[in-house]
Amino acid sequence: MLTKRIIACLDMDGGRVVKGVRFKNLRDAGDPAECATAHARSGADEIVLLDITATSGNRNTLLDAVRATARSLFVPFTVGGGIRQLEDAAAVFDAGADKIAINSAAVRDPALIGKIAGRFGSQAVVVAIDARKSDRRFEVFIAGGRVPAGRDAIQWAREAAACGAGEILLTSMDRDGTQSGFDCELVRAVAEAVSIPVIASGGAGSARDFISVFREGRADAALAASIFHFGLEDIAELKRELRDASIPVRWPC
Amino acid sequence: MIVIVDYGAGNLNSVKKAFSYLGAEIVVTDRPETLSAADKIVFPGVGHFSSLRALDHGGLRGALLEAASAGKPFLGICLGMQWLFEGSEECIEVAGAGIFPGKCRQFPSSVKSPHVGWNSLTVQPGSRLLRDLAQDSFVYYTHSFHAPLVAATTAATEYGLQFAGAVELGNIFGVQFHPEKSGDVGLSILKNFCEV
Repeated sequence: MLTKRIIACLDMDGGRVVKGVRFKNLRDAGDPAECATAHARSGADEIVLLDITATSGNRNTLLDAVRATARSLFVPFTVGGGIRQLEDAAAVFDAGADKIAINSAAVRDPALIGKIAGRFGSQAVVVAIDARKSDRRFEVFIAGGRVPAGRDAIQWAREAAACGAGEILLTSMDRDGTQSGFDCELVRAVAEAVSIPVIASGGAGSARDFISVFREGRADAALAASIFHFGLEDIAELKRELRDASIPVRWPC
Repeated sequence: MIVIVDYGAGNLNSVKKAFSYLGAEIVVTDRPETLSAADKIVFPGVGHFSSLRALDHGGLRGALLEAASAGKPFLGICLGMQWLFEGSEECIEVAGAGIFPGKCRQFPSSVKSPHVGWNSLTVQPGSRLLRDLAQDSFVYYTHSFHAPLVAATTAATEYGLQFAGAVELGNIFGVQFHPEKSGDVGLSILKNFCEV
């Protein structure tokens, strides 16, 4: 049976993982490669590394981190942040990523999705969508959530899929960082609108939230930036709770 | 020496890295003559079945078939496994190797496509590639077309229907999933291939 994926996300700034510094475990305090390996060992089904500074000046720092992380990681590895053109994506793949995530650049130039998919396959292209609820719809934001794109999230997800995206990484800006639960309404609306997998992000606070987003939100996967914040010991513990609630998960890992 | 065939589609880094991690001597090539010098051949693939058309240029197709029929251990991964069948509905103009009968097809409309994520294997006894693998081990899949169950199926996976997750016939092995992305389970499968 196809299982629901638990994806660990590492936010990186200047070569260091920036979320997770409050964790008690030292292994989470900074080095991307060490964090990624530790998460994979404790049961993460996938690793996402997001370069949150993503200025052109530190591309080499990112590529070094991707190289070091990929060396000892044998689960799917996605890299995002600052990928603006095919060449950026190619450099990240060359450094060892299996998938790239693109956000603002895809909104500005949807053809970029097809260009990357054409060379590396759709399975390697994740389109990240940051959305916030407005009066009657979920609106897409770009540039790290600072700029409204004037687009409806559901329509954009459909278009991205039609352009060749392999997966949608959907972040609720309303829930992000709140630990008040995923936005199941948003996730379900997008998951029902596209045939490609939808990864829910933003708002994870407890195992119960994951259960809700898989059941009510119909998510295919759920991502959390720092799973240790939830009062859970590790991903293995989260997976045990999901399994007990009859959510299919990869277990034992 | 294990030769990984690069026919110009997709990203072979992960496959190469996994074999290197296991200590195997690896060469990546697009040259038919390098295939004839290989001890074992790995044929990974991603993307569209039509990309296999590239095999016809430069004689790779013939070299692959020759190596396979010469008894060299041959591992097709993902699209590389689909190629071992007669063909695929994804691109009917491009012929597969025809080592296994039947064509690859799309998933039924009752399930989302592509099939992405970790799914379990129902393992048949006696496989050399899947030696010592626990029943219902999880592996990572990402594909839109699937190969049919055939007599040579060594592991089946369920997704809307039962399809061939792994096939094996003498020296020819195929896996639809990505062992290089399937954690310790995947590494143990690649290690088995190194030791075949």
